[in-house]
Amino acid sequence: MYSPQIILEAALNGLMTGAVYALIALGLTLIYGVLHIINFAHGALLTCAMFAVWIAWAVLGMDPYLAILPLVPLMFVLGYGLQRFVIGPASHGDDGNILLVTLGLSIVLENVLLALFQSDTRTLDTDYSFQVVALGPLLLSYPRLIGLGVAVVVTGLLWLVLNRTDTGKAIRAVAKEKLGANLVGIDVPHVYAVTFGLGCACLAVAAGLLMPTFYVNPRIGGAFVLVAFTVVVLGGMGSLPGALLGGLFIGVVESLCGLFLGDSLGQIGIFLIFIAVLLVRPTGLFGAKA
Amino acid sequence: MGRSVQDSILLGISRRTVLKAGAAAAAVTTLPFAAPSALRAQTPVVKIGILQPVTGALAHDGDLGRAGAEMAINEINGAGGIKSLGGAKLEMVFGDARSTPEAGTQEVERMQAEGVSAIVGGFASPICLAASQAAARYDLPYLVDVGVSDQIMARGLTNTFRFSPGFGKVTQVALDNLTAINDKADKPARTVVLVHEDGLFGSGLAKLLQAELPKRGFEVLETIAHPTPARDMSNVALRIRSLNPDLVIPSNYYGEFVLLARTMQQQRIKPKGIYAILGGAASNGRFVKEFPQAAQNVIDCNHWHDPKNPKALALRKAVEGQGKSFAYNVSLNYSNVLLLADAIERAASTDRKKIIEALNASTFDGHIMPYGPTKFVNGQNEGATPINTQIQGEDIKVIFPDAFAEAKANFPAA
Repeated sequence: MYSPQIILEAALNGLMTGAVYALIALGLTLIYGVLHIINFAHGALLTCAMFAVWIAWAVLGMDPYLAILPLVPLMFVLGYGLQRFVIGPASHGDDGNILLVTLGLSIVLENVLLALFQSDTRTLDTDYSFQVVALGPLLLSYPRLIGLGVAVVVTGLLWLVLNRTDTGKAIRAVAKEKLGANLVGIDVPHVYAVTFGLGCACLAVAAGLLMPTFYVNPRIGGAFVLVAFTVVVLGGMGSLPGALLGGLFIGVVESLCGLFLGDSLGQIGIFLIFIAVLLVRPTGLFGAKA
Repeated sequence: MGRSVQDSILLGISRRTVLKAGAAAAAVTTLPFAAPSALRAQTPVVKIGILQPVTGALAHDGDLGRAGAEMAINEINGAGGIKSLGGAKLEMVFGDARSTPEAGTQEVERMQAEGVSAIVGGFASPICLAASQAAARYDLPYLVDVGVSDQIMARGLTNTFRFSPGFGKVTQVALDNLTAINDKADKPARTVVLVHEDGLFGSGLAKLLQAELPKRGFEVLETIAHPTPARDMSNVALRIRSLNPDLVIPSNYYGEFVLLARTMQQQRIKPKGIYAILGGAASNGRFVKEFPQAAQNVIDCNHWHDPKNPKALALRKAVEGQGKSFAYNVSLNYSNVLLLADAIERAASTDRKKIIEALNASTFDGHIMPYGPTKFVNGQNEGATPINTQIQGEDIKVIFPDAFAEAKANFPAA
């Protein structure tokens, strides 16, 4: 049996890992909430962002946290362009098209990354990569603590954008009633593209927070995006606070299950929750009632 | 790299040069048909297939394997080729296994159609399994370069030879060496935590270790499995910290190995030793270069060249001069091509049956591995053995057995 200190430390580790899950899920849930599409390319886009952070560090010598600043607008533009010129035009007619387009996009992106970087695993190192903050007997990862703080701040900022700006109001209007928004003169394709761009910008932040301690290869995005789907379902499809709290909750569950059952079996915990939520409360913790 | 050089050359040439070269090429290609047969016989060649995964998930390893094979071919050709065949040059027919057994099999079929006399390579066990089986249909000699699965040699295929040790032998030697290293240091290690990836490789090894370690006086405190890719190693490290073992034995791939070593460093976990078996990063120059602190004192039992062999040192210098790391698959492919060339030399023929006979009778010792002369029994080189390395400072040093050791083991780790 583990001491209370070990269990507490595992729970805190989970909370900090969950913050990054939350950031990834934030983009996914925003895109779902407004465009009503499940973006299967989310993992591949995260991988692109992680490679961009790695390049900024390896080629330009840039600190990975600092690399977030130029990467956020770059990923926004990439997301905007993808929605405007690829996903949007290709998705007319049948809803099933969108699923195939995002899935196809993820395969294309993954293979472009494979061609560019091969399958080799790449890591980066900073002074603080594996530093810890000692809180009494507890050793907490410094970069992950930062990740937790940033996730909370980014969720807050996104909430402010959606609630206090004209663009945010337009996004909410389109999410609620697309036809009505169109009738009052809101440019719906533009709003869709902005939303997709914001979702990708969230990935830029997540990539910057992941890279000091994690590694990247062309297939790594898939490892995170499956959890992000669970977080979105748990928090409620389209809900921002749901994504944050869902991410933190999943992180803790995964960590504690991993401690007691082993990391391989620990992931069962996440998917049991996924199935249970779908059965008991399909709209998630914060989702609107059907 | 070859392609970029070629491209840059093509970009720099004029149209007139291209026309001239085209005319010359046309003359050369028609020459053999017009020339008398005696003239053609002056440049005999022996085609050998080199099969490596140079695209897909294993591309990095495949590239290193190809480099080793190429260096051996160049060396043999530079020294006059196969003398018993009138100085015939070795000609490489390269096949990209694209990291899958299916592609490996397709490439064997292509090599067969191109008339190769033998094939070397495969790298991963599943590719070696499928490719050697395909080669068996044509009695085509197949030399496995790395593939550690014991299944490869258990099928009794008469065309398949493995110069390097298999999984069972590596594990047995790794345990013997661990016991010897521990005994030599007055048995500081008694308790062990096993950390393994939950696939075929890690799970199989962990099962074997769970059964064998107690027989040698070690107590396995816990066996921790993790998936690949693993998103986080904090929990694994926490559990190791709470168990406080003398030894940690990891068996996983590069990314997870590095993540585990770095997380252990972060959580200030300092066991008396990290002892890897076929470790994902433990004998990898890149790990040492990028994370010298986390890598320090990690011991591995793996394929490795003989560090006292001058030929190995010269090859290492040449490979590192190309900006590549001198990984074990470079030396294994280099040695395998030399072994094959020796067999063709003795067979004095490109007849496949004669090459297989020559391999079966091989006592070749001109390689760079710590094996002694080759002795194949049912295709497996009985003399093949892994050795122990340890990351010391900025280098990977052989520490055991003493006959090959270039440094003393830092065990228990200071």
